[in-house]
Amino acid sequence: MKILVCISNVPDTTSKINFTEGDTKFDTNGVQFVINPNDEFGLTRAMWFKEKQGATVHIATVGEASVEPTMRKALAIGADEAIRVNALPTDGFFVAEQLAHIIKDGAYDLVIAGRESIDYNGGMVPGILATLLGMNFVNSCINLEVDGNTATAVREIDGGKETLQTTLPLIIGGQKGLVEESDLKIPNMRGIMMARKKTLTVVEPIEAVKATKDTKFDKPAAKGAVKLVDSVDELVNLLHNEAKVI
Amino acid sequence: MRPDLFEAPDYYHLDDLLSEEHKLVRDAARQWVKRDVSPIIEAYAQKAEFPKQILGGLAEIGAFGPYIPEAYGGAGLDQISYGLIMQEIERGDSGVRSTASVQSSLVMYPIYTYGTEEQRKKYLPKLASGEMMGCFGLTEPNHGSNPSGMETKFKDMGDHYLLNGAKLWISNSPFADIAVVWAKNEEGRIHGLIVERGMEGFSTPETHNKWSLRASATGELIFDNVKVPKANLLPNKSGLGAPLGCLDSARYGISWGAIGAAMDCYDTALRYAKERIQFGKPIAATQLQQKKLAEMITEITKAQLLAFRLGQLKNEGKATSAQISMAKRNNVEMAITIAREARQVLGGMGITGEYSIMRHMMNLESVITYEGTHDIHLLITGADITGFPAFQ
Repeated sequence: MKILVCISNVPDTTSKINFTEGDTKFDTNGVQFVINPNDEFGLTRAMWFKEKQGATVHIATVGEASVEPTMRKALAIGADEAIRVNALPTDGFFVAEQLAHIIKDGAYDLVIAGRESIDYNGGMVPGILATLLGMNFVNSCINLEVDGNTATAVREIDGGKETLQTTLPLIIGGQKGLVEESDLKIPNMRGIMMARKKTLTVVEPIEAVKATKDTKFDKPAAKGAVKLVDSVDELVNLLHNEAKVI
Repeated sequence: MRPDLFEAPDYYHLDDLLSEEHKLVRDAARQWVKRDVSPIIEAYAQKAEFPKQILGGLAEIGAFGPYIPEAYGGAGLDQISYGLIMQEIERGDSGVRSTASVQSSLVMYPIYTYGTEEQRKKYLPKLASGEMMGCFGLTEPNHGSNPSGMETKFKDMGDHYLLNGAKLWISNSPFADIAVVWAKNEEGRIHGLIVERGMEGFSTPETHNKWSLRASATGELIFDNVKVPKANLLPNKSGLGAPLGCLDSARYGISWGAIGAAMDCYDTALRYAKERIQFGKPIAATQLQQKKLAEMITEITKAQLLAFRLGQLKNEGKATSAQISMAKRNNVEMAITIAREARQVLGGMGITGEYSIMRHMMNLESVITYEGTHDIHLLITGADITGFPAFQ
């Protein structure tokens, strides 16, 4: 089985978020970047397929050279090869077009992308990929088993779970549940040493439309002052008469 | 103990000077310490026990012999990577870093540098994987700062050496499988010998009731007519310069390690000062606390630059023993001062095991003494710049 894990390079969750150029551009100054958590769950599940079922695992990222440390970490965790599309990933449709091109070329059986990246939270890429490639698609996937050409995927649905059976080639929009946080791997020294020798291919982007453009970012309003109340009755009164939420 | 919320300070963007691989190695060690060391270390320090279950993890992150070539099981990394690993481990605990320092610089380094090809092949891969643990015997009950006065000696008995004497303050001794022991031959020349656990007459009693490095095992090495095979002598260097070469490597690692302990104390104090409200405002908004915190980050930044430059010199094979002494002395004193100041920022909370500060402070009392005391390192600098050794 040949697996491609699509990896986004995103700010660490503890980063302080600021914007520049009149609130139109994300300020990367002093920000640490990590593997998008939804992608890392997918990568870790792919490693399981590699160890247990002898799968080959490639990773692909759309990004400029600055994303390579994140890709090298994925190689140190155990991915076999990496492909970087040399372009700034500003639009979900554009990113999906680039990845679709790589997937077509690589003849992958299984493509695992995070359900969404935790920076812009577009949540579009896996779905667009499935459409562009005409592949089967399971989103919000929280468990995945593959037996021959048959895949059994569990999906999170409102208030419960749904188990689906489908066939390869397949695209997964993955999230926590594919593996648990305690399963995530810290690259060990052997992995870091091996990552030095692994191939990281850089390809130029194909012509594709950027369907959207960021025009402005707004940060959430600063939290207002807290009002402390002495009794439940007073709280109910304020929620009912002042905030008018109950 | 509270959850480990550590965020590493990098005031002068030292990260920009590091390679992609340096950061990968450093971040892996940092993540491992957060996951496997921080949650348990306080409990082990309180009960004065070494957490043996982390040995496998230390090997995995490359803490055992990171700069030993890959052919012998090491990681073949540079000196800055070694320093960064030591920094991250000591951010967790100086005792754990001590175990790694001893294994790398005081056991693997002399076997690699002064040993035969057979010795390298026999010991280094097992030491790198943590399957075998080592310790280093130089200090004796009557000879600390003056190791050349050592009394431990060995006699050539034809087909073996007969070793007699005792070593004290030996990290890892209670559980080590092998000891690199420095002893005088009949002519009074210092040589290194590999002594293996199980050799008749060799024992390793543990030193109890320490107030420092409580999560690290310390003990003695006692040699009572121990027959050591001739193949266990390290042949490629003798004289005091041989053990001092090992100490240069370990002291270099300590100069980075101390930064880790200081970073943890600073980060804890900064977070606490911003959250702790007195007189209606965070104590971080008061001038006296800002003085402490501002001086801490200044000193950490200076220490980082000192260690980084020393790492470059080490990589180029140009670092002198005196330069290493300066970094060890400066950075450990920096760390212990920051631990004491950080303890004050936390007030009464600072003395509890809820926070790591008091543990770091007590650990650093050993670190400022071992591997050349604070005073001896000053005299090394003094001798280096004046040309007059003033040790006696």
